[in-house]
Amino acid sequence: MDGKPTDRELMIALAGNPNAGKTTLFNTLTGLKQKVANYPGVTVERKVGRWAFGGTGVRLIDLPGLYSLDASSIDEEIALEVLTGKIEGSERPDAVVAVVDATNLERNLYLVTQLIELELPVVVALTMMDVFEKEEHTIDIKKLSDMLGVPVVAVQSATGRGIEELGEAVLSSAGSSVEVPEGLRIADGNKIFNRYKFVSNIVQETVRHNDRRAHQIADRIDSVLTHKFWGIVVLLGILLLIFHAIFSWAAIPTDLLDEGFGSLADAARSVMPEGMIADLVADGIIAGVGGVLVFLPQILLLFFFIAILEDSGYMARAAFLLDKLMGRIGLHGKAFLPMLSSFACAIPGIMATRTIEDRRDRLATIMVAPFMSCSARLPVYTLMIGAFFAGQTVLGFVSLGAVIMLAMYLLGIIAAVVVAFVLKRTILRSAPSPFVMEMPPYRMPAIRTVLQSMFERAWLFVKRAGTVILAISIVLWALTYFPRPAEVAEPTTEITQVSEGDAESAETAAESEHLQNSYAGMLGHAIEPAIQPLGFDWKIGVALIASFAAREVLVSTLSIIYNVGDDADEESPSLISAIREAKRPDGTLVWTPLTAVTVMVFFVLAMQCMSTVAVVRRETNSWAWTLFMVGYMTVLAYAAAFVTYQGGKLLGFG
Amino acid sequence: MKLSELSYGSSARVVSVDGEERITKRLMEMGVIPGIDVTVIRSAPFGGPLQIRLLGYKLAIRRNEAETIEIETPSDTQEND
Repeated sequence: MDGKPTDRELMIALAGNPNAGKTTLFNTLTGLKQKVANYPGVTVERKVGRWAFGGTGVRLIDLPGLYSLDASSIDEEIALEVLTGKIEGSERPDAVVAVVDATNLERNLYLVTQLIELELPVVVALTMMDVFEKEEHTIDIKKLSDMLGVPVVAVQSATGRGIEELGEAVLSSAGSSVEVPEGLRIADGNKIFNRYKFVSNIVQETVRHNDRRAHQIADRIDSVLTHKFWGIVVLLGILLLIFHAIFSWAAIPTDLLDEGFGSLADAARSVMPEGMIADLVADGIIAGVGGVLVFLPQILLLFFFIAILEDSGYMARAAFLLDKLMGRIGLHGKAFLPMLSSFACAIPGIMATRTIEDRRDRLATIMVAPFMSCSARLPVYTLMIGAFFAGQTVLGFVSLGAVIMLAMYLLGIIAAVVVAFVLKRTILRSAPSPFVMEMPPYRMPAIRTVLQSMFERAWLFVKRAGTVILAISIVLWALTYFPRPAEVAEPTTEITQVSEGDAESAETAAESEHLQNSYAGMLGHAIEPAIQPLGFDWKIGVALIASFAAREVLVSTLSIIYNVGDDADEESPSLISAIREAKRPDGTLVWTPLTAVTVMVFFVLAMQCMSTVAVVRRETNSWAWTLFMVGYMTVLAYAAAFVTYQGGKLLGFG
Repeated sequence: MKLSELSYGSSARVVSVDGEERITKRLMEMGVIPGIDVTVIRSAPFGGPLQIRLLGYKLAIRRNEAETIEIETPSDTQEND
């Protein structure tokens, strides 16, 4: 090594086991000066921040949580590449801060031995000292440091204890040469065994454990939360609470956002001269992007709960409880979190599959995650139920709408179960992958960590609204806007006598006429033969094509098609009555309750989300898998819709 | 005796870990190495994974993984003496 680099910023890596307090320490060291991005080519998160101390600044890079550096998962592979300077665009770090949980010393120090073996200057940051001391254990930090051959500093993020000392230790060891201790230099025998022997010897020499079992409270909590019966009851209760919150608490902010975007569109129209640009901004951009952003409250709430479950240590318990059940389908216990997230939005759900180590297990989870009814399907269900099943009850007191809504959620879950089962027994068959999972101690969730994780995930969603959805909204708007007939330019000039209401309806009638002749209308007519067996006409066809970009687009497209104005939503009476009264050229009604159910079935199963397609492509790194998913989901949706409609007709419905 | 045969609440010492390479490596990295003491706490419903304690922390492993862990209980040791 060439000694300390002076001409460039120091680069320090932060490494440690999951649950060792790494994120909290990273936040304390960098404040809010951090940037989250992905490593090139893969989707492992790369967090970089600036850590300023004593007049100098260093670049602090946060590695994913690791138990080992043996490159058996993507996270470990990336961490090893960063530490050895093999990754694109970053050099070997000048030093590593190893975050070590004092209450779980042996296993945490195992990773440290591997870092030392890489001949990197290491500084150990001992966390959880407050818990350790409360349990009345003692540790000889000086001796620990001597035996490991690296500086050891006890830190506490909340009080700032040891932070300055940590900085000094890092500065003085950065770039220095490293001598691997005698005990780690043995070449023969089992390396893992040898490292643990080295660690265990050190722990025996430096730590005095208080034998009064401090796990007692945690054990008592676990005896309920992971109980064969009560554990499942609590899990169901938690899920119920989460879904209740998503559907009822989120309604108020969702309505506010919806109104907000409506007034924004009006405001945009009022400041811009009438014409194409105003139409593009109000109908294309604001309506399109706003239609997606109204789901933000639901998504924030779901991620808030998920972050709490993760940070408290509960998520590992849920995976433990469900592993066998998921295993029967062919999925890993760790697939629970991705599937749960997918009820808000499949994108973060698919990204959360990264923790599943086996590639085939992970692929199977990605392939079925989009069957979970995400928040974008809700407006479709709401509109269909509102138009045909409102106010009806079954057994006299249960709302029929609620039953149908529940049936749609169940249909998605059943589809996921069946498809995963088939995939894992055919093309994704694999040897059972390890389920070796730490059950971390229960901790009070840190508000900052929870909020941070919630906003980071929600940001992915917002970003998609700002990019993919924006682009699609513009394209879609153009397809319905062009070609522009010349004669509809000033429709109001000739009918000045009629009342305002009539003028408006004349205007919307002209718009409908125009839609039929637009590119979107042509497409709708072109696919009509294919969708006729599902009971759909060309207008529904236009909405269907549009909704392949994003499901919720169905509602706004139908509003345009049925001339009820652009500000209609899934609960607006005008849109509902327009759907109920829509007629075919021969005078028969287009929509029946059966058509509504068929539409819902199609929407449960079809892959109608461009952003998900893009994310699947990135996560699987394969166009073949991406196209396979789009293909099989579309075929399945079509087949199920066909069976629903034709079967329903045979049974005398519709 | 195998770890999967140990009754809930009992402890034993690991003698060897001998299963599929990938799983054995993962278990050993997590500290399941010959010579350490493990306690089986409970099992998940439907014949699911086992919760075990070792090195002062809790780990969940599947039954088939527990079958690859050879253990000796204090009574085994006495018989050997």
